[in-house]
Amino acid sequence: MTITSPTAADPTPVSLRRRIELSVDGQPVTVHEGDTLLDACRQVGVEVPTLCFLETLAPVNVCRVCVVEVEGSRTLVPSCSRKAEPGMSVQTASDRVRTSRRMVLELLASSVDLSLAGDDVQRWIAEYGARADRHGPAAAPAAAGERDRARPGHHHVGDGLSAATVHQPAKRDNELYQRDYSRCILCYKCVEACGEDAQNTFAIAVAGRGFDARISTEFDVGLPDSACVYCGNCIAVCPTGALMFTSEADLRAEGAWDEDRQQVTRTVCPYCGVGCNLELHVQDNTIVKVTSPLDHEVTSGNLCVKGRFGFQFAQARRAAD
Amino acid sequence: MDLRVTRVPATADERSAVDAVLGEPESGWAGGERAAVDGHVAFGGLRRAEERRHLLLPALHALQDRVGWVSEGGLGYVCTRLDLAPAVAYGVASAYALLATEPAGQVVLHVCDDVACRAATGDPAPLLEANLGPTGGTGPVSWQPSPCLGYCEHGSAALVLRAGTDGGRATVAPFDVARQGELVALGDRLDVQALPTPLALVPQLERGDPSVRLLRRVGRVDVASIDAYRAAGGYEALRRAVELGPAGVIAELKDAKLLGRGGAAFPTGVKWETVARNPRRPHYVVANADESEPGTFKDRVLLEHDPFALVEALTIAGLTMGAEQGFLYLRGEYPLAEQRLTHAAEAARRRGLLGEDVMGSGLRFDLELRRGAGAYIAGEETALLNSIEGRRPEPRNKPPFPADHGLFDRPTGINNVETLLCVLDVLTGGSAAFASTGTPQSTGTRLFCLSGKVASPGLYEVPLGTSLRSLLEQAGGVADGRPLQAILLGGAAGGFVGPDELDLELSFEGARAAGATLGSGVVVVLDDTVDLTVLLRRIAQFFRDESCGQCVPCRVGTQRQEEVLARLLAGRAGGVLAGERALLADLDAVLRDASICGLGQTASAAVTSAVRRGLVAGLQEGS
Amino acid sequence: MFGAGGGTSSYEEIEHADLIVLWGSNAREAHPIFFHHLLKGLRNGAKMYAVDPRRTSSAQWADAWLGLDVGSDIALANTIAREIIHAGLVNTEFVARATTGFDEYAADVERWTLDEGERVTGVPAEVIAALAHDYARAGRAQLCWTLGITEHHTATDNVLALCNLSLLTGHVGRYGSGLVPLRGQNNVQGGGDMGALPNKFPGFQDVESEEIRAKFEARWGRTLHRERGWHLAQMFEAIERRELRALYVLGENPIDSEADTRRASAALGELDHLVVQDIFLTRTAELADVVLPASVSTFESDGTVTSSERRVQRTRRALALPGDAREDLDILCALAARLGHDWGRPTAEEVWDELRSLSPMHAGMSYRRLEELGGIQWPCWDEEHPGDKFLHGRLWAEPREGPPAPFFAVEWVPPIDELTDEFPMRLTTGRRLDSYNTGVQTGGYRSPLRRPETLDLSPEDMGRLGVKEGDVVRITSRRGAITAPVHADPALRPGLAFMTFHFPDETETNVLTRDDWDPKSGTAEFKATAIRVERLAAEVVG
Repeated sequence: MTITSPTAADPTPVSLRRRIELSVDGQPVTVHEGDTLLDACRQVGVEVPTLCFLETLAPVNVCRVCVVEVEGSRTLVPSCSRKAEPGMSVQTASDRVRTSRRMVLELLASSVDLSLAGDDVQRWIAEYGARADRHGPAAAPAAAGERDRARPGHHHVGDGLSAATVHQPAKRDNELYQRDYSRCILCYKCVEACGEDAQNTFAIAVAGRGFDARISTEFDVGLPDSACVYCGNCIAVCPTGALMFTSEADLRAEGAWDEDRQQVTRTVCPYCGVGCNLELHVQDNTIVKVTSPLDHEVTSGNLCVKGRFGFQFAQARRAAD
Repeated sequence: MDLRVTRVPATADERSAVDAVLGEPESGWAGGERAAVDGHVAFGGLRRAEERRHLLLPALHALQDRVGWVSEGGLGYVCTRLDLAPAVAYGVASAYALLATEPAGQVVLHVCDDVACRAATGDPAPLLEANLGPTGGTGPVSWQPSPCLGYCEHGSAALVLRAGTDGGRATVAPFDVARQGELVALGDRLDVQALPTPLALVPQLERGDPSVRLLRRVGRVDVASIDAYRAAGGYEALRRAVELGPAGVIAELKDAKLLGRGGAAFPTGVKWETVARNPRRPHYVVANADESEPGTFKDRVLLEHDPFALVEALTIAGLTMGAEQGFLYLRGEYPLAEQRLTHAAEAARRRGLLGEDVMGSGLRFDLELRRGAGAYIAGEETALLNSIEGRRPEPRNKPPFPADHGLFDRPTGINNVETLLCVLDVLTGGSAAFASTGTPQSTGTRLFCLSGKVASPGLYEVPLGTSLRSLLEQAGGVADGRPLQAILLGGAAGGFVGPDELDLELSFEGARAAGATLGSGVVVVLDDTVDLTVLLRRIAQFFRDESCGQCVPCRVGTQRQEEVLARLLAGRAGGVLAGERALLADLDAVLRDASICGLGQTASAAVTSAVRRGLVAGLQEGS
Repeated sequence: MFGAGGGTSSYEEIEHADLIVLWGSNAREAHPIFFHHLLKGLRNGAKMYAVDPRRTSSAQWADAWLGLDVGSDIALANTIAREIIHAGLVNTEFVARATTGFDEYAADVERWTLDEGERVTGVPAEVIAALAHDYARAGRAQLCWTLGITEHHTATDNVLALCNLSLLTGHVGRYGSGLVPLRGQNNVQGGGDMGALPNKFPGFQDVESEEIRAKFEARWGRTLHRERGWHLAQMFEAIERRELRALYVLGENPIDSEADTRRASAALGELDHLVVQDIFLTRTAELADVVLPASVSTFESDGTVTSSERRVQRTRRALALPGDAREDLDILCALAARLGHDWGRPTAEEVWDELRSLSPMHAGMSYRRLEELGGIQWPCWDEEHPGDKFLHGRLWAEPREGPPAPFFAVEWVPPIDELTDEFPMRLTTGRRLDSYNTGVQTGGYRSPLRRPETLDLSPEDMGRLGVKEGDVVRITSRRGAITAPVHADPALRPGLAFMTFHFPDETETNVLTRDDWDPKSGTAEFKATAIRVERLAAEVVG
């Protein structure tokens, strides 16, 4: 059967894109036009640390931990967003690269609580020799709302004897989300997921600037007064535990959160007819978290409020036993 | 778009201020009265919202100017009008120092306490606190410190902002003890329009120096008269450009070997050619008049005193690069320049020098002036483009470059004011004459802003290749004949030059060879009384304040750099932490190598150069 | 019109469309993740029209919203068709090669001038014309709808009117162009696929076909009914005729979900025997003689469901069953055993494999492949077949394969519940983002977005009635009266009111709605009720 299609065909399959040859740490590698240096590095098995990068989001190249050295380039370049070009010679382990990665990790570790940022981050900190303590003892946490009121272009210049941090009390203004911005590395993922890359609700944005930059609703209003629709897609992409479902935060607070005892089962959402895949995280026959696989084409990891939180009716049946 | 707009309603005052910029609402859906037809049809959607987003900053300015802050109700109304999410608009507003997101007093004084004024007259805070109380008050008259206001030759300055229909914006320079007293006495009776216009100090003109090119009309030609401008040689360059056509203009620029004055020293002819040849349409041209580098006031002098020149130059840029629309992005701290440029553009439009058929060429070009809102980072070209687009002034990663993906993702030619004015010089005097000035590699003249402890502060124009010593001598040397401690060359993003380096040749290659930069032509003269560590901490504070916060190296690195400087200052009284020098070196490395943009990449330059030259107390011994 | 009932396109295709028409669908709230795909389309440059009486959150994304009067969909579609024909924008090549009945159709829509369309729908003529031209001219166009099209007494005709537009323009049967009915529940499509229709065996195979029936009879070793069965509305009529005396209800709550609650409740009370198999003791279950506690299919048992893009996907058991609850399959097998048929206890996969052996369109969908491919879109004829992204490519094949697609001329009939001086306002119903149907499931979580049921009114009507936010009013239809607080919603124009039926325990919205049903599909007219709204005296409110 032949199909006569009056307009262009499907988006260009990978196999039809032009091939590009370059080298990574001296190894030749072939990628396709449009692929990034990170793609090239991964293809030859060179690990590049990333924090703000996620496959389902447009790269924002802000964390700079993925920088690599490209011959002929004045500065290092972010591998997550830099497109591969023919003949590029890429170094991923030069002194310059290692120094910058170490410093990025050190700057973050000295200003943000990375304790829930995952094993990889802890390993990179060790591998690169990042030493948060070089910058002095952490300053006292800010009062609630203090960082949200910081005015651009103005700040209190301290004596430098303690290292400024983003530490502050966690925000909890609704029953579903906890926002603990002491853990926020400002990777923009939540903003992208809430915004144009997925949800297009734009309940949050980056506000303020410099070290006072933060994720904020308009005028720092609580989520119930904001445009938030509780899809949880921001939480799903947060790499550091700054954004967390209250169900998880509460279990963690009780010391009862135990991922080793959790089973993850993939099923389909019980609500509308779109067919979103759910991953039910079950601990002790109780659903403790719902996610969606990033690599499934229906959701790309995203859900709506019903899919994300609407499982409670099943638990309620158990409670009624 | 489905928005949830803040529930605080806008006041009539806020609505009228916003409507004055955006026009009356088109329908009940866009904030107007609901009509019967609104029940059956509405136009909206993403494309329309994206097309209108660039009106965000002008609308926020309108609110700020009218009610003194970007209020909740006002922001909500702007969002309804523009179909933009409130959180996004707030994110934009909160990135600018001249937009307040909390109520402020009716009259606010933004008082310069940056490097040049500090070097000249010290810290203004004690006197202001005595007169007006602590910063950031909400009384009828309040004050706050400001980064460089671009009136450095006066040694002190204040930007006076008065909200309301009877309000206005004006700069007072110098802002000395007597002026402070007058303003404080007036209180909220202060009439901004009645404040005296600051002068420009151009000592060469006072002396009748015939060698100046870019400055030749300053102070000599009526800034309000397009006829006076034409009588003084104005619009000859445009006439020539129309005759030559785009290819001819580009050839002239290449033959003149004109290099961009904005910092990167990129060949202007090549840049213009790249844009002109790009098949994607439309094209845009942008004048970067967001002069904000501490110690810099050259653009301000030209814009205030030769406003038609930039209008003409941007028109030439537009015709040459195939753009029908230009944007003139002017820093928000320059109200006088804004008035004069606005007037100049209107006069040019009336004369057919902007509009449908520019100078009978059959080509269309017009320009729009956009006011910045207090963000040094917006001077970075891609952040500037984002600012025009109504986004946060965050730099974009390059590549792609603006010549390919610039304003509204279209090919865009963006040039600094001085570069654009050099184009006039190339076209009127010819490329050969231009290339014969300066050095073989750095052709033409260059403007230098002399401030601090110098005998005759002001704006100077000298051929590239002139020695720093010669420039300093033209300005009468160090004030009061005191010993020179150092010169801050190029701005906060530049570096220090010691008294033993005065033979430095002021050319792109000369500066590079000496490990220095001409930057924006800043020459802050520091005598032996200036505490360099205090000055360095102010520079560190500047970058910490002006970082957009996007990338980790700059967001946290500038904070940590300031902390080191603060410790060093404290260290004189106590012990200096071990390893500070290594820490500064590491910060320098990550800032320089891994930051997204030029701000971060140069945020440690001054500190590093001071350390290298042994100018920082406590760090001389390589601790 | 085209055969098997299912959306013709994949979600992916809307991301690459040039034009999107969302008709009677508030997908932003009712199908949020489908709307993500739509948003990608917009970000890729697609233009969008929304057709809906309310300017919903979905409609706010449209370049143009057409706020038609409730129930005037066919009038609008026919006006669009006439404009396409008169503007010379018909895809004549496609119409000639792949359709029948064009001339009759063209003659039929001829009376729908733009002016007549504007008069009946309320939508300005130039906007109707703009939609017509953009739809006809688009390279790729997606036409999507939901219950705004189907919860009318003219449901089937409404759908046909839209299908006609796709035939006229050739916007079906090729990548990027298609018809997308969004299913309201996670397995409405799958229920149809599996033969839970009065006239179909699994795989949309006709029960009245001798050949088909013979295949099933041979496989099952039983003689099967020759006639088609009743759909839901017909069942209720049969109960009222006392012809249907026993009912076995699986996972439905008709008392709360049927239009005209009181009539549904009375009918169920008339039965000799009512069995309800459900996960909750719903109001329907409360009436039952026997309640069989079931499993939450997607959390507590294995199986498959089919989505709105015909994607069959696996559900899996993640939780142990509570109390006496049993899996549906278990219950059915046990019931069969009690009735004297030993079905054993097949696994879900074994049941599925039997289905695959009988339904050609599912034949290639082994559990292994469903797992590997993340679901498969039917038809999937064998284990080499990848499934089809879009349907009806045959219409574009050279030469065309299969029968041509017929135009069906459809007449506009206004809603049955007329607006009069006594009942001057139009009430329509729908969903809110965080709630679902009768709230049985979504009532289980505490949504920060949730607010109690309200009668949503335009700000103008609030002013006219002299009520403010939260004031309680009496809402009266020809069938009954309820009270509810009012809520101002600028998405509504004067004369149009909106309610959900998410909170039947507090507010029985379906006391008001009509149960006049579409004779072809059995769907009731939830979307067009004539009401009167009266302010209650303060003392009555208490």
